[in-house]
Amino acid sequence: MNTDAAGLGRARAVGFVLPALVLIGVFLVFPALWTIYLGLTDYRLTGLAAADPQLVGLDNYTTTLTDPRFLSSLWLTVVYVGGSAVLGQAGLGFTLAWLLRTRHGPLRRAVEGVVLLSWILPSTVVGFLWFALLDRDDGTLNALLRTPGMGWLLDYPLASIIVFNVWRGTAFSMMLYAAALENVPPSHLETARLAGASVPQQLRDVVLPLIRRHVLTNLLLISLWTFNDFTPFVLTGGGPEGRSEILPVYVYNIALKGGELGVGAAVSFLILLINLLFALAYLRLLRGRGRRRAAGRPPA
Amino acid sequence: MIRHTIGRLAATVFIAVVLAFFALPMLWLASAPFDAAPAITTSIPDFTLSNFSAILDNPYALGSIRNSLIQGGGAAALVVVLAALAAYALSRVRVPGRDVLLYLLLLLSSVVTGTAAMVPIFELATRLDLIDTHLGVILVVSGGLLPAAIFILKDFMDETPTTYEESARVFGASSLQILRHIVIPLVRPGLATIAVWALASVWGGFLFQFILLRDPGKAPGSVILYTLYTEGGSPRLELISTFSLLYSLPVVAMYLFVSQRYGFRFHGGIKR
Repeated sequence: MNTDAAGLGRARAVGFVLPALVLIGVFLVFPALWTIYLGLTDYRLTGLAAADPQLVGLDNYTTTLTDPRFLSSLWLTVVYVGGSAVLGQAGLGFTLAWLLRTRHGPLRRAVEGVVLLSWILPSTVVGFLWFALLDRDDGTLNALLRTPGMGWLLDYPLASIIVFNVWRGTAFSMMLYAAALENVPPSHLETARLAGASVPQQLRDVVLPLIRRHVLTNLLLISLWTFNDFTPFVLTGGGPEGRSEILPVYVYNIALKGGELGVGAAVSFLILLINLLFALAYLRLLRGRGRRRAAGRPPA
Repeated sequence: MIRHTIGRLAATVFIAVVLAFFALPMLWLASAPFDAAPAITTSIPDFTLSNFSAILDNPYALGSIRNSLIQGGGAAALVVVLAALAAYALSRVRVPGRDVLLYLLLLLSSVVTGTAAMVPIFELATRLDLIDTHLGVILVVSGGLLPAAIFILKDFMDETPTTYEESARVFGASSLQILRHIVIPLVRPGLATIAVWALASVWGGFLFQFILLRDPGKAPGSVILYTLYTEGGSPRLELISTFSLLYSLPVVAMYLFVSQRYGFRFHGGIKR
């Protein structure tokens, strides 16, 4: 937006942005900087280093990066984000938006209703709901499948939290893609169909180019949210034997259970850097597309 | 034609499976509160309403829902107002480094709102005298929600045509008037979506509320839910399920109200 249509002017624009920036500055940026500082110290929850933390330079980072538990946790997180956010939430969300696009009536309302409900129910309540579903002795799932004693959370901890997160977060992607698909002119799809394009071809050649920006926005947001999601802790606590210890849970276990606040802060900063890589990849894809459009297509 | 019919049938089956998958975990919430002796298994309840009177006898249960309303409502209002102002200005006026700033804040918010910044947040709240206050919770959670709210709302604002604003300006409307009478009505579904999203995240939030509030009389329902255990430490399922149901109703009601009234969608938003 180059023109200043509303006649806002720089000064008034700053006035509009300032309240939000102040709040973000005090309660987000400042604690973040503090965390970065803590990551360079041997600050602990208890003991001598709690009263008088010392600067230890990059020790926490070398400790972390050589810790096999950190590396396995990083791998689990990649699987968790890839499985539950990129494939699960985005995939299922898009599929639902695509299938429901041409439908109206009770089935559509029912699906949208339950999907959204699973998104807006309070997370603490949701934790109990999934316990009731997956419990080893009395879980509803075992009763339904007639597999008594099946410990889903113990035998398949990572798969359980992936399915859980798909259930929890698909609504956002579904709504976003539903809005995106409204921008695809039905005539384009009709033309493609008459020309003999199969559904995958239609998606690739007609739909994807038009909703590319939505896809990227969606993937960035849900990847970030999933990457930093602490909720799986309620279900598995990272166990058994660390088999579902994704990075946010790892931070919790190191910092609060182990009392090593300094190391925990350092891991948090590493998570921030990894998230930054996600965002940079996203921006790159977006910018690449902008240039191509400017070169290849006439202005709309 | 046959291929089309089979395709549509397969799609319907798929949708039905998805419907069952999403509904299954919620069944317990519909049966257990009405059961005289609920187990974890979902079953046809031995019908009773006594669990509801039992939860009402809990000294903190009702008050905690009021606390949640104060904290969630306060945070949602603050986030919507501040994010709308900021997103509008960022959408209309070119500020150098605007996009980079937004992305950086978004990154920070998703990382810092987790366990990472717990210690700094606690120290900060102690020094600002915000421990055990509703305001403390509202400010802390709003700081975490604002970047994503601005990010999403800015996309909505980018979508609205600027021609109305230009003509309003010709007739001498002030910036705040333009915002209130032209832009806000245009992006109302976006604002409603952000409000529901903000309230729902605060409503279920546990970590910061747990750290910042010591007085159980100020704790929100999400914290009180974890106090419904016996002295031996086993969960009192009849109280937990009943309170879960009561505690879920306000957010669901709000969502229904908002979606009826304003439309709960990213309607035509988020595109450029």
